Amino acid sequence: MSASLNSQPVAYRSDQLPPTHARPVVITGAGIHTSMGGGWAENAEGFRAGRMAFREVDLFDVSRQRVGTAGQALMPDKPVISTLSKKQWDRMDRGTRMALTAAREALEQAGVSGALPIMVGTSAGAMPIGEAYYNQAVEGLSKRGQFFRVESYQPQRQMMAMASALGIHGPIRIISNACASGANAIGQAFQMVREGKAERVLAGGYDALSQLVFAGFDSLQALSPSGIPRPFDAARDGLAIGEGAGFVVVESLESAAARGAKPLAQIMAYAAATDIHHLTQPHPEGDAALITMSVATKMAGIEPGEIDYINSHGTGTPLNDIAEGRAIQRLAGADVSKIKVSSTKSAIGHLLGGAGSVESVICLMTLEGQWLPPSLNVREADEFCTFDLLRETRETTVNTVLTNSFGFGGANATLIFRKEVGA
Amino acid sequence: MSRITISGTGAVSPAGWGVAALMEMLRDGVKAECSTVERETSDGRAITSRVARVPALTDKGLLPKSPRLRRTSPIGKFAAAAAFEALGPVRLAAAQAGETRVAVICSLMNGCVNYSNRFFGEVLKDPAFASPILFPETVYNAPSSHLSAILGSMAPNDTLVGDAAEIFTALELATEWLLRGDCDLCVVVAPEEVDWLSAEAMGLRSREITPSEGAGAVVLERDGDGPVLLVIPDPVTYSEVPNRVEALKKLRAEFSEDDGATLLADGRMGIERIDAVENEVFADWKGPRISTKTLLGEALGASASLQLVAAVEMLKVGDAEKALVISLGGNEQAAGCLLGACWGGRGALNRGGRF
Repeated sequence: MSASLNSQPVAYRSDQLPPTHARPVVITGAGIHTSMGGGWAENAEGFRAGRMAFREVDLFDVSRQRVGTAGQALMPDKPVISTLSKKQWDRMDRGTRMALTAAREALEQAGVSGALPIMVGTSAGAMPIGEAYYNQAVEGLSKRGQFFRVESYQPQRQMMAMASALGIHGPIRIISNACASGANAIGQAFQMVREGKAERVLAGGYDALSQLVFAGFDSLQALSPSGIPRPFDAARDGLAIGEGAGFVVVESLESAAARGAKPLAQIMAYAAATDIHHLTQPHPEGDAALITMSVATKMAGIEPGEIDYINSHGTGTPLNDIAEGRAIQRLAGADVSKIKVSSTKSAIGHLLGGAGSVESVICLMTLEGQWLPPSLNVREADEFCTFDLLRETRETTVNTVLTNSFGFGGANATLIFRKEVGA
Repeated sequence: MSRITISGTGAVSPAGWGVAALMEMLRDGVKAECSTVERETSDGRAITSRVARVPALTDKGLLPKSPRLRRTSPIGKFAAAAAFEALGPVRLAAAQAGETRVAVICSLMNGCVNYSNRFFGEVLKDPAFASPILFPETVYNAPSSHLSAILGSMAPNDTLVGDAAEIFTALELATEWLLRGDCDLCVVVAPEEVDWLSAEAMGLRSREITPSEGAGAVVLERDGDGPVLLVIPDPVTYSEVPNRVEALKKLRAEFSEDDGATLLADGRMGIERIDAVENEVFADWKGPRISTKTLLGEALGASASLQLVAAVEMLKVGDAEKALVISLGGNEQAAGCLLGACWGGRGALNRGGRF
């Protein structure tokens, strides 16, 4: 079944304000591409098995970096869509190819195409193409190909190409709130559908490895020298960079029901806040994270103790994990020991602009499969981990899950999903 | 019914720091002064580009004192100066005292190119010595982060990336936040900075383009004083239509205004080949028309924000009853908005206006 109608434009008109009542919003399709694998099945199998997916970086020179490994994904060298020519595929940057792969899976599962708004989160866009432009400009030898590079390093150009390849079209909103971007994209799509501005939205995030960003995190000494991130370990020493994409189709329950689509989950809540403590460091008590989790649980109409699982931002840096841990403690109070927490960045690294959306898809997997992924590589949990830190995969009842995403600049976002779908 | 009003404007442009300098340049019809940026290729050749830069800041009072702005590149300073001019000192103080929740939306096309350029240069030289101070300032959302930090506001803060017409999506998002009650005020700012990388990139499109920089900012609120935001239609993405003429025609059809009293703030820059689409689609426009880029140059994402600021200022003094602001982006969309005269009767139509 294919639905192609977006019943309302997302526009603002002062004489036609959106309805004030909120309506239920569900996810009817999801797609994912990471270093763990291509697609839902490979990723679900890998996370459930507690696998790690880091490898040597061979996309650019890392010989002078402190770290040489990352969650580098495997990518096919030919188009993943039959209607896409090899030339069109070659013109897409690595990140867009991952986005295309994940978005296609989400759209196919949902059974939608045609007109719908597109919400995308990315931090680096098509940075490798920008790097290639810079390299050739500095050499000063030729302008050959430079106009193409100038155009193509821009994420909106790439997302336009992706949309065309997928047979969808509509307004594109690209959110670049660093590492919260993907969660913001899903959250804003949720709000748009909830408030009746759209029936359905394709939303997600992506980022690919790039030399500038890899070197940037290394310059900040934020990367784990061993290349093995250990979120929530007492001796954690940094993150690992990863790459990938996660996309979902966000849709009104009414629309999904009308076309017979089976929801994967209901989106119960989204909240965003800004941590103004420092450009790159969170408030030590996790103030903004506490705000987003508190607002989200209130919006979802649940008590913190009812959350079955928190997929944490959990980067593995000393400052992030303690701030998030403190926020979880403050949120849950006496119930903190009931809250099950893990970081899937321990398996695939930090996907930056793609992290929030990929981790949202992982949350959907836990709801579908009734298992929870572990935080890998924890030797001794830090003393602030008074919550139930998952160190091994757990088969359990999972109905309500929360995911956190925090970014450079202080962008904080929380999403809550529920397996049971209802008004 | 609640109205979204534009209750403050701010600008940094080649005309100078502040809205007054911008409006004076537009009134006088004087083109921005140009200078050159020069750089050397690895084989020793010098390459120069003509640019219209923002003049050096002489009045330090135009920028709030903050450690966040000490190391930021020009784009961060442009954003801050425009945003805080738009807010004004009273609302800034109220925000800093926690009395007003101020959200921030920054819309960009090119972003923090100066520091990205410098940092990547250091990486290529030797990544082991690349500066950790530069890297965080290369991130798209660094300028908006600084604004929230200086405001002391934990309200939502988003950075949107798109082509030169992106600010209209930012305005649309601001209306969502205001109508939902996520904030009391929302600052929408679109800053850009120029350096050799972006200047040469624009030259690949046309050597006639004058690369420029700056920032335009507006403060939106519910039922405030100032011009009313009437319509922001969906942007027309280029994938929906056969060509840009059709994109702009489709956008124009969303607005019925062509009554001779509506101002058109367009995106023409005085280069026939580039302006052809707007010339064709609005050939029959009866009302007054301004083309700020013909004087200020091409400042990418900032250009449409300066068009918007100019239109708001003209509505405030009664130079028009309504204003249509449009932008034909480079590779994504045609977009625009329609503004109405000041809410509450202030700034009533002044037939003897300044333009």
